[in-house]
Amino acid sequence: MRRYLVRQLVQLVVVILGISILAFSILHIIGDPVTLLLPQNAGKEEYVRYKHLMGLDQPIWIQYWKFATGAVQGDFGRSWYGNAPAFRLVVDRMPPTIYLTLAGLGVALLIALPLGVLAALKRHSFVDTLCTLLAVAGQAMPIFWLGIMLIIIFAVRLRLLPASGYGTWQNFIMPAFCLGAFLAPITMRLVRSGIIEVMNMEFIKTARAKGVAERMVVVKHAFRNACIPVITVLGLQFGQLLGGAFITETVFAWPGVATLTVDSIRNQDFPVVQCAVVLLALIIVIVNAFVDLLVGLIDPRIRAGA
Amino acid sequence: MAVGPSATVTAAGLQAPAAPDAAGAAWRRLGRLKWGVGGAAVFLVVVLSAVLAPVISPHDPLSVDIRHRMVPPAWMDGGTREHLLGTDQIGRDLLSRVIWGGRVSLVVGVSAVLLSATIGVLFGLAAGYFAGQVDWSIMTLINVMLTFPFVLLALAVIAVLGPSVPNMITVLGVTGWPVYARIIRAETFALREREFVLAARALGMSHARIIFRQILPNLVSPIVVVATLQIAQVIILESFLSFLGLGVQPPTPAWGNMLGEGRVYMLNSWWIAAFPGLAIFITTLVINLMGNGLRDWLDPHMKL
Repeated sequence: MRRYLVRQLVQLVVVILGISILAFSILHIIGDPVTLLLPQNAGKEEYVRYKHLMGLDQPIWIQYWKFATGAVQGDFGRSWYGNAPAFRLVVDRMPPTIYLTLAGLGVALLIALPLGVLAALKRHSFVDTLCTLLAVAGQAMPIFWLGIMLIIIFAVRLRLLPASGYGTWQNFIMPAFCLGAFLAPITMRLVRSGIIEVMNMEFIKTARAKGVAERMVVVKHAFRNACIPVITVLGLQFGQLLGGAFITETVFAWPGVATLTVDSIRNQDFPVVQCAVVLLALIIVIVNAFVDLLVGLIDPRIRAGA
Repeated sequence: MAVGPSATVTAAGLQAPAAPDAAGAAWRRLGRLKWGVGGAAVFLVVVLSAVLAPVISPHDPLSVDIRHRMVPPAWMDGGTREHLLGTDQIGRDLLSRVIWGGRVSLVVGVSAVLLSATIGVLFGLAAGYFAGQVDWSIMTLINVMLTFPFVLLALAVIAVLGPSVPNMITVLGVTGWPVYARIIRAETFALREREFVLAARALGMSHARIIFRQILPNLVSPIVVVATLQIAQVIILESFLSFLGLGVQPPTPAWGNMLGEGRVYMLNSWWIAAFPGLAIFITTLVINLMGNGLRDWLDPHMKL
């Protein structure tokens, strides 16, 4: 168990390091902060002066070191636009994003678990075909379009739900459904294949031979074991889930990190963009590590192998 | 070309089913392929209409007609046969714009996929073949890249580079490769210990020759399948970037920016946003069907 933990920790550190390098290089190597910050008509002289002023004439690794040491202390510089610390701005917008993500995950599981189990138990039946169709359609659906269509139908036509905004439970319904519809297809497939695999195992036969009722076989034996691959992949999909939340937010004007990031991109406010990218990636890494740990705890086979 | 293990796998797959179920399995496979063929047919229509846009589109997609703005689709009250899908906020014909919009999506989709497939396959082959430190470095890079939501990474880079079609292709191409690399790496791992590779090595072939002449030909099926499915993902992402105004810039019609513009008018004229989005959905749907069909056809045992 200790070797497993150490291995996970080393990987965690390496990935976080990689993220910081990537986030740094997006602004400092692909782009040039000075040209982005100065007005278009600024002369060569001012360019050089600003470059020196911002410490951008120093070697790139020293700049990175400054960025990284600052970032570790939660200092991503000040917003160029709002003149507040970038870190504060991003952290303030974090809760709505997290709530939306959790709500979306909930909806996805609500759709995927029953349908996936049903499809696995009645293979090649009507339900199974329906699930496959739903999964294929769901994967092809651009969620920003789905969101807009939901708004047109439920907010504009039927006037049942608020079109955008944040605060009441009604505000959650459409965004959460949108995000859930994004994640449900892949989850459904996983549940289905997980259950199918488990149902063919020896211990299921044993349970049946012992005379355990079929319902109990499914609920107590099959489902629990099928949960492991589902948890693993849901953990890995967490990044995608946040990505989906990102898209959903922009459609429903949800006051989360995504809306902030897109606004900051429009305002060319790079410290905020950089900070949002690093923090979101950090959350994903931590969730992934946590899921790995959890799965390792549940299933001793994983601890021992790979 | 090497003796294809993919061919042996397919052959084994054909022999494997027990006799009583064989006919049923064959029918089911054909049933699944039917969807794939249907998808491919519709996709062909989409591609043709994009290629032939100058010929088949009823109007100039850019010609403004302010007197006939927000005309509803032909089947609704106030719609005309002149504009089958209606017109947008400044009177441009929506059908023509949807037809022209397909060009951008397809060009960006295919180019970005070619770029990311090339990078991903090279990285995947290197990691799988050389293993050890090379593998560790590439896997770390893959893990870092996969940690970021694709959307976030693409957005951040576009923000710095500025929105334009070539930039978008570069960004989507360069950020999309880990998907291929991971799959190709796993497949290469399995192949590198096979007899024909060992034999090639014993014969003294160079690494490059073994990788590209012995191993790569066996990986064509998974590459084709993943690349096909990825086109759909890239099209969705491209549309999203254009939707946010960070992709194709108006007035050039692209499904994404039409959707973004139409969203402002959804209170009165739902069709301006609805049809471009429907075009995205149909295109990605048929590409997915085609990709799934390809997978079943090339190698029913492929785990993708």
